[in-house]
Amino acid sequence: MTWEAVIGLEVHVQLRTRTKMFCACRTTFGDPPNTNVCPVCLGLPGALPVPNAEAVRLGATAALALGCTIHHTSVFARKNYFYPDLPKGYQISQFDQPLATGGRVTFESAERGRVQAGITRLHLEEDAGKLVHDRFPGKTAVDLNRAGVPLAEIVSEPDLRSPAEARAYLTTLRQILIYAGASECSMEQGSLRVDANISIRRPGESRLGTKAEVKNLNSFANVERALEAERVRQIGLLEGGGRVAQVTLLFNAGTGQVKPLRSKEESHDYRYFPDPDLPPLVLDDAWISARRDALPELPEARRSRLEVALGIPAYDARVLTSEAPLADYFEAVVAAGVEPKTAANWVMSDVMTTFNETGGFPVAAGRLADLVGLVRTGTLSHQAAKRVYAEMAQSPDGDPAAVAERLGLVQVSDQGALAGWVDEVLAANPAEVARYKGGETKLMGFFVGQVMKRSKGKADPKGVQPVLAERLK
Amino acid sequence: MSAAAAAKEVGGRLAAAEPLNATLHWSQALLDAEAARVDAAPAAGALGGMPVALKDNIVTVEQPTTCGSRILEGYTSPFTATAVGRLREAGAMIAAKTNMDEFAMGSSTEHSAFGRVRNPIDPERVPGGSSGGSAALVAAGVVPAALGSETGGSVRQPASFCGVVGMKPSYGRVSRYGLVAFGSSLDCISVFSRTVADAGRVLSVMTGHDPLDATTLDRPPMPVPTPLADLRGLRVGLPREYYPADLHPGVGAALQRTRAAIVELGGEVCEVSLPHSPYAVPTYYIVAPAEAAANLARYDGVRYGPRKVGPEGDIRALYQATRGEGFGAEVRRRILVGTYVLSAGYYDAYYRKAQRVRALIAEDFRQVFASGVDFLLTPTTPTPAFRAGEKTGDPVAMYLADIFVCAVSLAGLPAVSLPVGRSEGLPVGAQLIAPFFEDERLLAAAAAIERAVPAGAEVR
Repeated sequence: MTWEAVIGLEVHVQLRTRTKMFCACRTTFGDPPNTNVCPVCLGLPGALPVPNAEAVRLGATAALALGCTIHHTSVFARKNYFYPDLPKGYQISQFDQPLATGGRVTFESAERGRVQAGITRLHLEEDAGKLVHDRFPGKTAVDLNRAGVPLAEIVSEPDLRSPAEARAYLTTLRQILIYAGASECSMEQGSLRVDANISIRRPGESRLGTKAEVKNLNSFANVERALEAERVRQIGLLEGGGRVAQVTLLFNAGTGQVKPLRSKEESHDYRYFPDPDLPPLVLDDAWISARRDALPELPEARRSRLEVALGIPAYDARVLTSEAPLADYFEAVVAAGVEPKTAANWVMSDVMTTFNETGGFPVAAGRLADLVGLVRTGTLSHQAAKRVYAEMAQSPDGDPAAVAERLGLVQVSDQGALAGWVDEVLAANPAEVARYKGGETKLMGFFVGQVMKRSKGKADPKGVQPVLAERLK
Repeated sequence: MSAAAAAKEVGGRLAAAEPLNATLHWSQALLDAEAARVDAAPAAGALGGMPVALKDNIVTVEQPTTCGSRILEGYTSPFTATAVGRLREAGAMIAAKTNMDEFAMGSSTEHSAFGRVRNPIDPERVPGGSSGGSAALVAAGVVPAALGSETGGSVRQPASFCGVVGMKPSYGRVSRYGLVAFGSSLDCISVFSRTVADAGRVLSVMTGHDPLDATTLDRPPMPVPTPLADLRGLRVGLPREYYPADLHPGVGAALQRTRAAIVELGGEVCEVSLPHSPYAVPTYYIVAPAEAAANLARYDGVRYGPRKVGPEGDIRALYQATRGEGFGAEVRRRILVGTYVLSAGYYDAYYRKAQRVRALIAEDFRQVFASGVDFLLTPTTPTPAFRAGEKTGDPVAMYLADIFVCAVSLAGLPAVSLPVGRSEGLPVGAQLIAPFFEDERLLAAAAAIERAVPAGAEVR
């Protein structure tokens, strides 16, 4: 008998604002403790919150990018609990009237193909501070730089059916939010955090099992690992005749195990009520339309446009649109006159490597187009062009033709020179020559490769083959 | 007279008034510094050196802010309230920080951690509360005006008990930035003064939008009101729910005389009804504590204020010890009530229902004003000032001292308490209520009544 996992995710993303949700303090990551604080985010007596219009704009942008309906009126509420990282003793969040509801994320599932996961809601809230346990021996310190940083909480429907799908959903969600410019979604900097809910049931059942919540997930890979560990744990419980209790679990990335939180820490009555310091957030149709009109092209749309309009394979389109700057670069190379599939091959190999290493594009799109042009006209071999590219990536101001010249890579199609390299290769490989002559004609490729190698990539491969054929006759 | 000279006189009067226990912080040095600033200013400003005292829940950087509580003992704010900044721009001198019921919770200023305030008219009686210190200083002639704060009558009620003017503006007209929060949807910085004209001058400079308070109205500041010469063409409603059969006879007589004065001024008087007013006190004692429970959660001993470490030494024990010892009984009572009414399973029965009743109370007022009534006239309090200790053992009796002032707070309306006579030597106040945002017209009419009614005269 098999089991089916039912997974829903709560994702907190930091909205990409310069200042906090309810005050003018900076949101910079990594500043010295308690330097980005003011009376408002410290919760000092008499201070009052004022909503950050940019955070509202980015929250709405994120919601629209996820296909949510933005509500004309949403309400900030106080979520009450005591914790030393929570300066006011309550967190300003949204509760029964969130900013937006009812969206979706379409992603590729390895098991089910294209899957649409529902978005239950997206609401705005402020982050709490951070407890620092390792700074002062025997003491806990509080850093409130994060307190008040604007977050959007994005809650999915329980539409995911495996830990791998959870990961695929997160990857797609992250891509959309980055494209939309709403969040940087950096798990390292804590600007994307995930809580996962999981239950299991028999396939075909429509009733949900008892769920567990897994917290403290600091990477997409760990989300998948933690959910897999919990899935296995729940199956073990049910197959052993036991039952799953509703519980909050912490994932330990070191051991790969989940372990329950003490019950004291989980039973909260947050006593939500509308925050009287903040009037309801009222957004009219014109404002919402303006946000919708300002949305950039999202990954899904861009993918299909590249596929249809440029005729590149679906796989290539997916890889190229994984990050907007990569797709931008690709389109610039095509616009500079390179045939789309050739451009795709370049961007997905050499360009992608430098992008992953440096985060940028040291070779301008136009320069790459020039380089590809040199290959097309036979001035450079593809192999030589890759070397020229690597050189240009190091010293970006180089003109490809000049670089190729300087490196001595300009292709040689002179018959005499080619014949010289061919003779050297044939002399060095008598056994292969004998086999070729014995009928193993597929060794032609081997000889071409050897000539290219001997010529350090300079030989024109199209010229090499006739010379080889002539000599091997 | 220079502000410097005035500051010496104010200092002398503050020292002489010490037996009232009305001030928590003041010093001649700070007064002199305020005076120097005023004297150095190129223009006198609208308030021309007027000394103004502040209730100790309004923050300033120069002096501590305790809110009458041990839990904030030694706390000095790193910023100054918007309203105080505006007073200073208009040329006011900040004279003192005044004693108050702890966190503005109380109706007698007996719930201060720093001792009770005495009523200058009769030291055995309470000055009302929670802004009793400010009321007492104005009544004793120490300062011409003082700021208090209203959540449910905390300026009008003590104004009535002390025989001074107490003006609560429309909710959102004066910035709350720098007013320590109690019930945020109700809190209003409000003004005590000896005359309606001074209340208008002081209020006028404080009003107007503040980008630091999202609940301030984005509308122009209140102009200084021009007193009406008479009340011709104005209708004043007397809501029958505010004139119960058992109303204190002295209060009843003073209101009767006020009503006659209004008619003499050409005003028309009619009986009206505010049917949901009887629910104002219970509604208030759900809404205000709910908000207070959240607003006071920040006093946890983690960031400021005295910290007490509990026996277990963990964070929970720290909270319990700090808050258990730092807050007085009345504050603890309201935090418990507020926590209870917001709890899962009780929210609908209490908090949600109270919000509905609050809307009905506000609707009562809207309907009466829409029916052609310009103002409402009621007693401010059911009795003159009661004796110290008389109600401290009975919280509900204490709460009922605010029975005529709570509804206005729940509806967010402007209202002023005027002294309209004395009963056995004790001041009696009348409350004039106006529609939302009609603060200016309210004070213009109140000035006419003030002229016509002998506030110091005994009623019979």
